[in-house]
Amino acid sequence: MDNKILLTIDERELEAKPGQTILEVAKEAGIYIPTLCYHPGTTNVGACRVCVVEVEGARTLVASCCMPVSPGMVVKTDTERVLDARKLVVELLWASGDHNCLTCESNGNCELQDLVYKLKIEEPRFKIEPPRYEVEDTNSMIQKDMNKCILCGRCVRVCNEIQVNEILDFSMRGSHARVGPAFDADYIDSECYFCGECVDVCPVGALTFKQARFEGRPWETEKVRTTCTYCGVGCQLDLNVLNGKIVKVTGNSEYGEPNQGSLCVKGRFGMDFVNHQDRLTTPLIRKNGELKEATWDEAYDFITEKIAAIKRENGADSIAGFSSARCTNEENYLFQKFMRAVIGTNNVDHCARL
Amino acid sequence: MTNSIGEIEFSNVILATGTNTTENHPVIGSKVKRAVRRHGAKLIVIDPREIDLTKYADIWLRQKPGTDVAVINGLMNVIISEGLHAEKYIGERTEGFEAVKETVEKYTPEYVEEISGIPAEDLKTAARMYGSAESASILYAMGITQHTTGTDNVKSCANLAMLCGNVGIEGGGVNPLRGQNNVQGACDMGALPNVFPAYQQVTGDEARAKFEKAWGVSLSGTPGITVTEVPDAIINGKVKALYVMGENPMLSDPDLSHLEKALKKLDILVVQDIFLNETGELADVVLPSACFAEKDGTFSNTERRVQLIRKAVDAPGDAKPDWQIISELATKMDYAMDYSSTREIMDEVNELAPSYAGITYERIEKEGIPWPCPSADHPGTKYLHKDKFARGLGLFHAIEYIAPAELPDDEYPLILSTGRVLYHFHTGTMTRRAKGPSERYPESLVEINPADAEKYGIEDGKSIKVATRRGSVEAKASVTGRSPEGTIFANFHFREAAVNLLTNPAMDPIGKIPEYKVCAVKIEAA
Repeated sequence: MDNKILLTIDERELEAKPGQTILEVAKEAGIYIPTLCYHPGTTNVGACRVCVVEVEGARTLVASCCMPVSPGMVVKTDTERVLDARKLVVELLWASGDHNCLTCESNGNCELQDLVYKLKIEEPRFKIEPPRYEVEDTNSMIQKDMNKCILCGRCVRVCNEIQVNEILDFSMRGSHARVGPAFDADYIDSECYFCGECVDVCPVGALTFKQARFEGRPWETEKVRTTCTYCGVGCQLDLNVLNGKIVKVTGNSEYGEPNQGSLCVKGRFGMDFVNHQDRLTTPLIRKNGELKEATWDEAYDFITEKIAAIKRENGADSIAGFSSARCTNEENYLFQKFMRAVIGTNNVDHCARL
Repeated sequence: MTNSIGEIEFSNVILATGTNTTENHPVIGSKVKRAVRRHGAKLIVIDPREIDLTKYADIWLRQKPGTDVAVINGLMNVIISEGLHAEKYIGERTEGFEAVKETVEKYTPEYVEEISGIPAEDLKTAARMYGSAESASILYAMGITQHTTGTDNVKSCANLAMLCGNVGIEGGGVNPLRGQNNVQGACDMGALPNVFPAYQQVTGDEARAKFEKAWGVSLSGTPGITVTEVPDAIINGKVKALYVMGENPMLSDPDLSHLEKALKKLDILVVQDIFLNETGELADVVLPSACFAEKDGTFSNTERRVQLIRKAVDAPGDAKPDWQIISELATKMDYAMDYSSTREIMDEVNELAPSYAGITYERIEKEGIPWPCPSADHPGTKYLHKDKFARGLGLFHAIEYIAPAELPDDEYPLILSTGRVLYHFHTGTMTRRAKGPSERYPESLVEINPADAEKYGIEDGKSIKVATRRGSVEAKASVTGRSPEGTIFANFHFREAAVNLLTNPAMDPIGKIPEYKVCAVKIEAA
């Protein structure tokens, strides 16, 4: 069986594997086709039609995200007919929602905004008529503004096909269609687990991170990749930082194993502790029954003297240390080295058992 | 884990026991759900609680808490009697099978039903499902280990996996799902009383000589005591000083009243943490440390993958990274530790821990590497025991069922099982300061079966008193079928309802892990 399919996209001869879509082959070859509803790892639904291309011999334009390649296929991605069709779609999306970038949290991180710009649309040819839904602002994690929703369904698909939490779906029909939990409930009143993946994949400002609102524009914040501090999965995530503060946490599917961009409620919404007022900021030493602020040197001296005396009188095995499953490898290595080489005991353990 | 997280999604059969993974490791939970919904995997759940995964399960075996060995022996009994075991694999790659075969003979489905309450037919169905799979993965967590028979439970899981040739293959394995970010790494780095980094025994002369040379001191060859043995050692006067880094035993350890008595008896308690937690409140010296977002380093996840963490923000005030504090303290004690970065510490680990020898910061910049990784050109190890077990032949252990240490009686008629909930983490010092999770789960709830609620006159959402022989706490009741009749479930996240005042410190004799999943309890409306 021949495993290669030869086709032409924009006059370039390309090789593809059976089952690949036109969009996938084009992406691999670095040929730009815009998308909105497409999301890797989920079902291709062909809902938004901005990825349409011309295929020689085809009766209509085809959605490149859904169309598998076939031998000898000749594809054109940027003809006038294609661009006109894309413009029409984008203008309709623009006109049917409240896409006001001035106040939108997704300004600078909005795929609709990017498309309007790329397609050089000055204003939509249709009257702008947002649906005037009430903004859902009933929890502190996810804000939902259906006036900005373009019904691409990415949130629905990641909820059902990636996280498999099976919370979000479409309700109503036609121009009344909207996304949300069962019975059109607010997030907080539903069984939602608040993994936040729906927000991460929303291409517009319909779903946004509530606590990140007005905390910084995307071009101002710095993304620092790190490993989540909670459970043992070791999810790779981006801390979005502005002025020394974590303003939100986002996933990135390009980081690959072990989580492919997915996160859970703790990694996503559990970082308030970092910048919390209760954090310890200085060493403390107990004096007359109370913990009092001290310098590092005072604290080290206090410990050193006490430990030396105890070791002298009772031997090194009268000292024990608990290392930590929360600290790094380097710190655990040093802690056990400290207990073994400096104190002189193997009384070192941590909470693996608890 | 013997196998990798990524393989779970493509296993033919997944057996999840004693792991509420969708709440404790939600991203792994999603992989299990994807395996079922998108790739047609069969899912067997063995758990007393009606956890979310039961919604996705092909079969759910609801055993009485603490009867795991009997259940697994029962599964093996069916697999062997129906000839579903991997005879060739057992013959070539393992030893000790005959003894196991003999032991499990009496664990017929009917006998196991008497012990566990699992209908014999269901046990048979599950055994056939697991036994006939091309690749089957066992996932477990603290529901298996936190028993006085924890080690037996784990060995039983290993027996079952080897019986069907599931160890050393893609998509198979015996996979403990770790609940803390670096519990794997803490073990790997030798933060254990009996081993140096990479599990080199402190009793081994060769290993000791190696570390004595590297560290330039003579070292003790006597294994130390475990976390759970420390309180008694303090009470008995053997331990006088305790240094606690990044732990909160005053909420996480069993029988807290006893622990508090012990900690107060110490000559010096040093606590190094990011918050003044319940343990810090008893300390003589408190050292402020930087949290994960304020420092560089590595964590090793549950699949042994070593991954970087990176400094994103500055630590508050005078707080310092733990590695710096230890270095400075050691230097004060006349043992020079002058590391200028965590990278230098990893260089030393590379030299001394063979399984980490090839894991450098440069190599894990883009994607972490799972150990063993013995050299700089080794790709890391996706799954263990391929072709050959680490010890040569896979060792079967014949294991008999032993009941939990403290079972219900007339005075304490119910079983208490403890664990975590989705929205909080361990002793709650971090998640309880997070707005969103706290909004979703603001106060402690004790899960009680409707039949028990009726029997004891308890209403959903109303306060109840929960008491054991060791103490009592008050919390609100959540009346739900998630808990089986006769068992209540409580979490240990809330200091105002600290369930470890209640738990039984009875330990597994080998693992020294407390029996958090079973103790006798009574409840009444408060």
